[in-house]
Amino acid sequence: MKEFQIFPEQSSAHAAQVDALFFFILAVSAFFSILIAGTLVYFSIKYRRKSPGEFAVITDSPVWVEVVWTLIPLALAMVMFAWGSRLYFSAYRPPSDAMDIQVIGKQWMWQMQHPQGRREINELHVPLGRSIRLVMISQDVIHDFYIPTFRIKQDVLPGRYTYEWFQSSRLGEFHLFCAQYCGTQHAMMTGRVIVMEPAQYDAWLSGSGSEETMAQSGERLYRQFGCNACHGVKAPTLAGLFGSRVQFASGDSGIADESYLREHILTPSVRTVAGYPSIMPTYKGQMTEDQLAQIVAYIKSLRSYKTDREQKP
Amino acid sequence: MSTLAPAPEAEKRHGPNRNYLNAGYTVRSWLLSTDHKRVAILYLVAVTLFFFVGGAAAVLFRIHLLTPGGLLVQPETYNKLFTAHGLVMVFFFLIPSIPAVLGNFLVPLMIGAKDMAFPRLNLASWYIFMAGGTLMIFATVFGGVDTGWTFYTPYSSMFSNSNVMLAALGVFVAGFSSILTGLNFVVTIHKMRAPGLTWFRLPLFIWAIYATGIIMLLGTPVLTMALALVGIERILRIGIFDPALGGDPLLFQHLFWFYSHPAVYIMVLPSMGVVTEIVACFCRKRIFGYGFIAVSSLAIASVGFLVWGHHMFVSGQSMYGGMVFSFLSFLVAIPSAIKVFNWTATLHRGSVSLRTPMLYALGFIGLFTMGGCTGLMLAAMGVDIHVTGTYFVVAHFHYIMVGGAVMGYLGGIHFWWPKMTGRLYSERWSVLSAILIFIGFNLTFFPQFVLGYLGMPRRYYAYPEQFQVLNVLSSAGASILGGGYLLPFSYLLWSLKYGPRAGRNPWPATGLEWKTQSPPETENFVVTPVVDEEAYAYHLLKESELGTA
Amino acid sequence: MAQLEMSFENIEQQQATSRFGMWVFLATEMLFFGALLLGYCIYRIEYPNAFAAGSEHLNLKLGTINTAILLSSSLTVALGLRAIQLGRTRSLVYFLAATILLGSVFLGVKGTEYFLEYKDGFVPGASFVYSSPSPGIDPHHVEMFFLFYFILTSVHALHMAIGLGVFSVLLVRSCRHRYSAQDHEAIECAGLYWHFVDIVWIFLYPLLYLMGR
Repeated sequence: MKEFQIFPEQSSAHAAQVDALFFFILAVSAFFSILIAGTLVYFSIKYRRKSPGEFAVITDSPVWVEVVWTLIPLALAMVMFAWGSRLYFSAYRPPSDAMDIQVIGKQWMWQMQHPQGRREINELHVPLGRSIRLVMISQDVIHDFYIPTFRIKQDVLPGRYTYEWFQSSRLGEFHLFCAQYCGTQHAMMTGRVIVMEPAQYDAWLSGSGSEETMAQSGERLYRQFGCNACHGVKAPTLAGLFGSRVQFASGDSGIADESYLREHILTPSVRTVAGYPSIMPTYKGQMTEDQLAQIVAYIKSLRSYKTDREQKP
Repeated sequence: MSTLAPAPEAEKRHGPNRNYLNAGYTVRSWLLSTDHKRVAILYLVAVTLFFFVGGAAAVLFRIHLLTPGGLLVQPETYNKLFTAHGLVMVFFFLIPSIPAVLGNFLVPLMIGAKDMAFPRLNLASWYIFMAGGTLMIFATVFGGVDTGWTFYTPYSSMFSNSNVMLAALGVFVAGFSSILTGLNFVVTIHKMRAPGLTWFRLPLFIWAIYATGIIMLLGTPVLTMALALVGIERILRIGIFDPALGGDPLLFQHLFWFYSHPAVYIMVLPSMGVVTEIVACFCRKRIFGYGFIAVSSLAIASVGFLVWGHHMFVSGQSMYGGMVFSFLSFLVAIPSAIKVFNWTATLHRGSVSLRTPMLYALGFIGLFTMGGCTGLMLAAMGVDIHVTGTYFVVAHFHYIMVGGAVMGYLGGIHFWWPKMTGRLYSERWSVLSAILIFIGFNLTFFPQFVLGYLGMPRRYYAYPEQFQVLNVLSSAGASILGGGYLLPFSYLLWSLKYGPRAGRNPWPATGLEWKTQSPPETENFVVTPVVDEEAYAYHLLKESELGTA
Repeated sequence: MAQLEMSFENIEQQQATSRFGMWVFLATEMLFFGALLLGYCIYRIEYPNAFAAGSEHLNLKLGTINTAILLSSSLTVALGLRAIQLGRTRSLVYFLAATILLGSVFLGVKGTEYFLEYKDGFVPGASFVYSSPSPGIDPHHVEMFFLFYFILTSVHALHMAIGLGVFSVLLVRSCRHRYSAQDHEAIECAGLYWHFVDIVWIFLYPLLYLMGR
C-alpha cells in the first residue's frame, strides 16, 4: 500500500475484469491516437509547402470513406458499450449469499457495523473470499465509498440506502477513500480495508468482548419502540417479509428490501400495504441511522431470504 | 522567417485610413459601442482577465499539491481555490471565449453582414457578463466558495458556510449573457446571410457557432433554474434537494448536468470550427467531407443533450437509466471521430504550411483525440465505476478543455489576429510558445491519468505519500504551462504597437472576412458581397494573393 | 416609419428577423419554465396526498377568474394585432389599453391570493404553518407544494409584469401613430410573447389548482 506504483493491484476477480476492458479501450485508443498523430506528421512532411505560390491538388471526398470511418468506430463503440454494461450489471448484482455490512458515512468519518455486532471506524475488516455487500447511508451530505483495489465505488446518500459489493481474492490492507466532495475534511475521510483469513476474521469478530449482533440489537429496539404492539396483531406480520413482494394500496407492488423497510419506518404513509389502514406512526427523528439499520437487520433475520439479492433498479 | 503578404504602401505606416479601431478613441465610444467587433474586443479583454484569475488559483493549488501533507494553504482555502478555478474557468473563460470573442467578431463578417441581428442586445450581453463576473470575483476572492463548481446538494444548500449565494448569483447572471449571445448567433445566421450564401456554402466555423448557439439557448435556462432553487433552499431551508425534508439530492444533479454536459460542447464545438478553418487554410485546399463536418456539429449538439446521466453512474440513479446514458454517450463520440478523420484527410495532397495557427490546430487534433478516447473509458460504465470522481476524470476533461478548447482558442486568436488588429506578431515567439504550451500541458495532465487509475480522488487537499511523484510531475508541468501562457499575452500585446502592419489577406485564406481590410471598417462591407462559390475555394485564389508565405 | 437599423439590408429583413428572434427567445423560456415544471411534477408523483392537500387550500375561485381574465387579454391582444393589420390605429389603442387593464387586474387578483395565503400561514419558510389532517401527510411536503406554487406563479407574474411594461410603451407609441398596416412588427412580437405567457398559465392552472378536485 505504501510504495510508488504506476498501476494499482487487482484484489478481486471484478478488478481484473475492469482492467481487461480498460486495456481493450486503451489499446483501441492508442491505435487510433498513434494512427492520427502519425498520419498528421507524415502528411505534414510529405505534403509540405515547397514554395509560397504552390497550390494543392484538388481531391474528392468520396462518401464511402466517410461511411467506413463512421461504421468502424461505431462497431468498436458498441463492443465497449456492451462489455461495459455487462460489467456494470455484475458490479451491482451481489451473490445471494453475500454478507451484509452496514456503513454509515458522515462528515468526516465512516462507521461500520458487522452483522455479528462488532463496530469499527474508518476500517473495514473482511474475510478473504467471502462476498461482502455494503449497505450504506449518509447522515448528512453525499459521500462515496471507494476501494480502488476492488475497482468499485458508490455514492453514499442521505435519506436512502445505496449498495455495493465485492469479493476479495487477496489478503492485505487497501486504501479506502471518500470520492464525493463533502466539505472541508473530504481528503481526510479515508481508511483501510483489511482482508484477513476467514479464521482470523472470526477471531477478530469476537475480539472486543461479547456484543449483541445487529439482529439482537434490532430485536431489543423493536420492543423498545413498541413495534410488537401492532405487528403480528393488527399490522402485517414481519416474519418472512424481507425479500418478499408486497402489494401496495395504490395497486403497485414492490420488493421489501432494506430500502423499503427503512422508508416505511420513517414515512409509513408512502407505499402503504394493501388491505391495512394507514395508521402506522412515523419514527422520523426518533431513531438514529444506526438503530434503523439494526431493526432492519432484525426483520431480515426473521426468515432467511432466498430471492435474488439485486439492487432495486 | 519569411514575411506574409505585405500591406500596400499607403497603409504600411498608418494602417487603413478608416477602420473600426480608430473610429473613436474615447472610453465612451468603446463602452457604448454596438459594433460587434468592438464588443468582441471588450469580451477579449474580459475573458483574458478571468483566465488569469482562474489560472492563479490553479498555480496556488498545484504548488500546494507538491507535498502529500498539503502544507501551503489550509483545507478550507484549498477547497475554495479549486472551486474558484472551476467556476471562473468554466463560466467566465471557456464558455464565452470563442463564441463571444471570435464568434462576435467573425460571424457578421463571414456571412457578409454589417453587424449582428441585435447589436444592442450584444452590448447588453457584455454588461450582463461583466456583472456576473464581478459577482463571481467577489464571491471567490472575498470569503470564497467551497462547494466545487458543481454545487452538489445538500452540501451547497444546507451545509456549506461559504459564499454560495453570491457565486450562484454570478453564474445565474452570466447565464443570461450566454442566452443572449446564443440568440444573436442563431438569428443572425438564419436571417442575415449575404445573397448567394446558402447553408452549404457557409464556412464550417459558422456551422459550429450555430450549433453552439442552439445549446446556449436551450441548455442555460435549466441551469439558471437549478441554481435558483439551490439559492431558495438555502434561504428558506425547504427541502427541495434535502432528503431530511423530503427532497431528492439527485434532482439537483439531473438539473445541473442537463445543462453542464451540453455546456462542454459549447466549449469545444467552436474550437472545432476554428480548427476546420485553420486546417483548410494551411493545407490550402477545401476541407475533406464538408457536409459530414457540418452535420456532425448538429449531431453533437443534439445528442449532447441526451447524455447527461453519464456524470451520475455511481450516484444512485437507476441502472437501466445508466445504460441508456452510456449507449448515447458512445454514440455522441462518433461525430467527433468523423471530424478528426476528415481533418486528417484534408492534409492528403494538400500544400501544408506549419505556421503557428496550424501548430495549434494539429495540437488540438492530437490532444482532443486522446481526451476523446479517455471519454470512451468513462462512457463504459464498468470502468467508470473505478475512475469517476478521481484524477482520471480531471485529466480527461482537461485534455478536452485545455488541450482542445484552449488550443483552438489560441489558434484562432493567432489566425485572425492580423484581421482583428491589423498587425503581425513574431513567428519565432509564437512557435516557441506553442511548443512550450504543448509540452507543459502534457506534463501537467498525463500523470493525472495514472493518478486517477491508481485511485487518487479529486478535490483532495492531501493525499497518500505514494502519489507524490506523479503530483510533482504534474505541478512541474503546470509551471511550464503557466509560463507558456504568459508568452502569447506578451508578444501579442507588443505586436499592437510594434508589429508590422498586416495586409488584407496575409495567409492567404478564403472567406468573406479576408476580403475586408485589416482591421475592417466599422460597417464591414461598403457593398454587400454576393457569394457564388463554395466555402473553401482555395483552388480559385489568385497567384497575386499567395504572397511570399 | 420604422427606422432601418444599420445591420439590415431592408425593412422586410429587419421585420422577419425580429419575429424569428422572438420565437427563438420563447424557446428558451420554454426550457426555463420546463425545468420548474419538471421539479414540480416529480414531487407531485412522489407525494400525491400532500400535494393534493396543498392544492385544496388554493383559492379556486380567484384562480379561475384569473384564467378567464388572462384568456380574455390574449383575445384583446389578437384583436389589437388584427386591427393594426387593417390600419385601424384607434382600435389598436383601445385593445392595447384593454389588455393592460386585464393584465393589471390579473396581477391584482394574484396579489390578493398571495396576501390571503400569507395570512393563512402558507408562505414557505419560517412563517409556514400547517397542521396535518392525517399522519399520512407530511407538512414538509405540503410546504414544498406551496414553494413550487409560489415560485411558478411569481415567475409567471414577473413575465406578465414585463409584458405589461412593454405594452405600455407600445400603447404610448400607438397613440403617436407610430404603427401602420405595413409596419407593426413590435405589436406582433409583443403579442407572441403575451400568448406564450398565457399558454404557461394554461399549464399552471390545472397543475396547481385542479389537482384532486
